[in-house]
Amino acid sequence: MKALDNFMQKIKPKADGKFPLAYTVWDGMYTLFFVPGHTNKNGVHIRDGIDLKRTMVMVIFALIPSLLFGIYNVGHQHFLALGEVTNANHVCDMFMDKFIFGALKVLPIIIVSYGVGLGVEFIFAAFNRHAIQEGFLVSGMLIPLVLPVDVPLWMVGVATIFAVVIGKEVFGGTGMNIVNVALTARAFLFFAYPTKMSGDEVWINTSLEEGQQLVDGFSGATPLAQAVKGGTEALNTMNASVMESFIGFIPGSIGETSALAIGLGALLLLITGIASWRIMLSTFVGGYVMALLFNLWGANPFMELTPLHQLVIGGFAFGAVFMATDPVTGSQTNTGKYIYGFFIGVFAIMIRVFNPAYPEGVMLAILFMNIMAPLIDHYVVAANIKRRLKRVSVKA
Amino acid sequence: MEYFNIFVKGIFIENMIFAYFLGMCSYLAVSKTVTTANGLGLAVIFVLGVTVPINYLLENYVLKEGALSWLGEEYATMDLSFLSFIMFIAVIASTVQIVEMAVEKFAPALYGALGIFLPLIAVNCSILGGALFMQERQYVNIGEASVFGLGSGVGWWLAIVAIAAIREKIKYSHVPGPLRGLGITFIICGLMGVAFMSFMGIEL
Repeated sequence: MKALDNFMQKIKPKADGKFPLAYTVWDGMYTLFFVPGHTNKNGVHIRDGIDLKRTMVMVIFALIPSLLFGIYNVGHQHFLALGEVTNANHVCDMFMDKFIFGALKVLPIIIVSYGVGLGVEFIFAAFNRHAIQEGFLVSGMLIPLVLPVDVPLWMVGVATIFAVVIGKEVFGGTGMNIVNVALTARAFLFFAYPTKMSGDEVWINTSLEEGQQLVDGFSGATPLAQAVKGGTEALNTMNASVMESFIGFIPGSIGETSALAIGLGALLLLITGIASWRIMLSTFVGGYVMALLFNLWGANPFMELTPLHQLVIGGFAFGAVFMATDPVTGSQTNTGKYIYGFFIGVFAIMIRVFNPAYPEGVMLAILFMNIMAPLIDHYVVAANIKRRLKRVSVKA
Repeated sequence: MEYFNIFVKGIFIENMIFAYFLGMCSYLAVSKTVTTANGLGLAVIFVLGVTVPINYLLENYVLKEGALSWLGEEYATMDLSFLSFIMFIAVIASTVQIVEMAVEKFAPALYGALGIFLPLIAVNCSILGGALFMQERQYVNIGEASVFGLGSGVGWWLAIVAIAAIREKIKYSHVPGPLRGLGITFIICGLMGVAFMSFMGIEL
């Protein structure tokens, strides 16, 4: 590290020199490795110098279980679809094959997302003459995890550019955005290229090597699409009962299938206090309550799913843990967080069940509540002011 | 249940702003602070809630073909629907006048803040749009028409207070110079439109 530091110091370009981009790039790299490097000599008042970068890195750590599981599951679904692994329950057969296949599919998406996104960040930083902000570290990981595995790489690139520019940079960069960047990318793809983002084809990679034959009657629909048609029975026949969905060997976006892996990440986020437990809790409560109501109503097969089942299929858990808890776009006040999370859960299940066009509602529910969050905060603060004013006038 | 469906539809699924882009002018201009936006939103709710049922009565008992048959046999063939625009506007303008006078009397601060946009509610597209949608969709009774008017008004109110809260929040953001003001508001509006698309396609 010392040698690297010396080397970096030696090649440090001038901030206002001939090449502003060179300084920005250097500064970004230097920050990544060495900042914050302050150490206290005496009289410690700050317990921990946790800053934006360490927060972001912690979220990345929390995402690793989902990522690894996603990579493995991509391989698993692929070989399952080809019929090379016949029994869905023997998930450990051909372990390395699956893992390598998944990695070959998923890593390019991650590389494109990071490369393009950081490229845009660097260009904007150079234009605005400010330091590189670390905000994209998490978004760049979230974008691949909410996409289906068969998405073309150029779409990932386009969506990332759109999300970073329109979703974040026009508002002034990291910490200023009003909607979650990763969800903006997902929504952009969803509305711009609907055939690539929904339907039955995209969720499992069935690309064939020479000489292989695709099994007849193969259909790669997600459990959600099946649930719309057939309710609980359809899910059980496709091996997506509550327990199986919880563990996560089901088709779906890369990182969202396993509630178990997401739970590990959630645990880390909650212990370190990075994510708000209020939002997480109230989102699950909102989803549970709504699913329970629909379950009692039971007007279509999708409604008859048990509440627990609703919470473990699709992207509900992923959205609740990693997207809804975004500290920038969510509600800032504590009371607001309960309301915000609760309505995310309610709307997510409602859109899922009611809207025939979208089998998945979590993304749109979070986007919708993102734009409503400032309003919630405004009224919470106004109510606080009113209450305190009343207290004052009573005393006087 | 039918009333409830029309109400919810007006707020979320067929939102005046995000589904039809009606009433954008005052929407973009008066959404700087939540307080004024709230005032204008409430005024729009009131005007829509009053004018749509009145226009419904006009439409069904005066303007539509055969609507005058309650006067007598000889009027049954009359068709005054060519007058509908001007009649609707007349009703809207007079209602807005009442609102204006009431606001000036009871909330002078809000009156000052809204400025020209309060009388301009009269030509707010969402109000006339409400009347024309009412005409086009042929609600079966006056109850449905008034619920539709109220629902659309509440949808408009929700949209404008939401964007006002966002604009208050980003007041100190480092928005690039050329985009400050209206530019960023258009972008916010577009992002909100994406979020509201979550409700499109729901059939109640």
